[in-house]
Amino acid sequence: MTDRSRRRFLRGTATTAGLLGLAGGAHAGQGRALGLPVSGYGQRARHETAARWLTPTRYLASTASWTPLADQVGSLTPAGLHYERHHAGVPDIAPDAHRLLIHGLVRRPLEFTLAELRRFPQAERLCFLECSGNSYREWQGPGGVDVQQTHGLTSCSVWSGVRLADVLAECEPQPEARWLVAEGADAARLTRSLPLAKALDDVLLAYGQNGEALRPEQGYPLRLLVPGYEGSISVKWLSRVKLSAEPVYSREETSKYTDLMPDGRARAFTLMMDAKSVITAPSPGPTPLAPGFQEIRGLAWSGRGRVTRVEVSVDGGEHWQDATLHGPVLPVCHTRFTLPWRFTGAPALLASRCTDETGYVQPTREALIAARGANSFYHYNAIQRWRVDADGSVHNA
Amino acid sequence: MPERALLLTVLLWASATGAEGLGLGHAPDAATLAAADTAIGPSGEELPPGRGSVDEGAALFAAQCAACHGATGREGPDPVLVGGQGTLATAKPEQTIGSYWPYATTVFDYIRRAMPFTRPGSLSDDQVYALTAFLLARNGILPQDTVLDRDGLRAVRMPNQDGFFPDPRPGAP
Repeated sequence: MTDRSRRRFLRGTATTAGLLGLAGGAHAGQGRALGLPVSGYGQRARHETAARWLTPTRYLASTASWTPLADQVGSLTPAGLHYERHHAGVPDIAPDAHRLLIHGLVRRPLEFTLAELRRFPQAERLCFLECSGNSYREWQGPGGVDVQQTHGLTSCSVWSGVRLADVLAECEPQPEARWLVAEGADAARLTRSLPLAKALDDVLLAYGQNGEALRPEQGYPLRLLVPGYEGSISVKWLSRVKLSAEPVYSREETSKYTDLMPDGRARAFTLMMDAKSVITAPSPGPTPLAPGFQEIRGLAWSGRGRVTRVEVSVDGGEHWQDATLHGPVLPVCHTRFTLPWRFTGAPALLASRCTDETGYVQPTREALIAARGANSFYHYNAIQRWRVDADGSVHNA
Repeated sequence: MPERALLLTVLLWASATGAEGLGLGHAPDAATLAAADTAIGPSGEELPPGRGSVDEGAALFAAQCAACHGATGREGPDPVLVGGQGTLATAKPEQTIGSYWPYATTVFDYIRRAMPFTRPGSLSDDQVYALTAFLLARNGILPQDTVLDRDGLRAVRMPNQDGFFPDPRPGAP
């Protein structure tokens, strides 16, 4: 403690003691009530109410819930606020009865219990997952009313499990295997194809998230975890992996999760999540911005590796300043950035633009639409702008 | 000593992860393997026996599908299944089975694994063939008098089969 800070501390203590003295006088003899006892599983403070936002639909079993990015502190997402996307609801799976079958182009088809899988060498990986439908409304112009509704289909966790490569090695893949088909045990038996090269590189069979067992809505008891790729290929409730020479061309990689281009043709297997960033504060919310110091804060991420630079503009992209990146800056993770700013009451147009370690620079909306048109639905990663009006209200622009 | 410790570690690691594997997992029985292998690729080789007609499919569709997809498969509110051919390059593309899906086998696969939405897995293979026949006929891909079976489905070529291309990224926006 420096002399100055000690003096400030003592001054504060004296003031606090004075206030307490007055209060103590008013309630003499009552003392202080004990707090709550220890508990088996902790809960957040009852005053904290941040929650996922549910896409309005007739079918809550086949929709998405969005992470409240503006309420998120730091770069990790609590498991209970991690975004969800299910196609047929969350199954209730008893772990002792769950099996993973690996078959197809392997010399030794094998079935694994969870206990058997847990005996493989342990692996851990921090990474974000992002639904490729994140920000889909922005293709047609400013759509989401706040950052939760524009960008909340991304979340970042630490995942624990075993390397899929180690488990596949037990099954002895045949040389002609090029893909695997992963199937979940949800009601819709969601199925997706993944290139085997990626599976052997850095894919996990994950049973843990943020230090505890997966939540049911995150795939309990076992899911694929495919770093950097669109979320739906990290198949939850994983029960089957079939090695094959070709993709299976399931509905979720033909009718959906393909990107329609202006000429009427479509990109297929657009798995990589390109670099993206968004300012989370100031961002649209119920309380107008107060004049004076306002730290600009946000998140940046890239499926291809580390974020190396985030620039911030307060004039809609005419001028850019480098923001500070807050470590640890990890590959394929949310990276927090900040820039000090002063809101003077003059209207402003806030924007962030990130660059990743491959040199890829987040595009403007105009550049993205010039390349892909406005009908591809998936993989919208353009620069997001927030308009700050003179009254301090903030809007999607 | 450090060298010997390192050597021991390497030897232990090699024996634990050597070519003979870890010895984990167990061989599935034939019934498990056969029951699990349901995903159907474009060749259709995994398709089960069975058959169903367009007319049977029409009745099933009215009873089990129309509430979400509309009486003719075009009204919604859930995904439009019929029509849309020629719209993919317009400002309002309709990505239906007929206009967009590259493989007919995917129609069978998806209905069998995921439909009807509130009761997936409840349809017989004959019923799935019938619904597939109905939807392909509604899209003008099969004649109205079709009775669809494994060989018939494997022979279907979808209008938009060549409408997809590999991801050009990185190197394209």
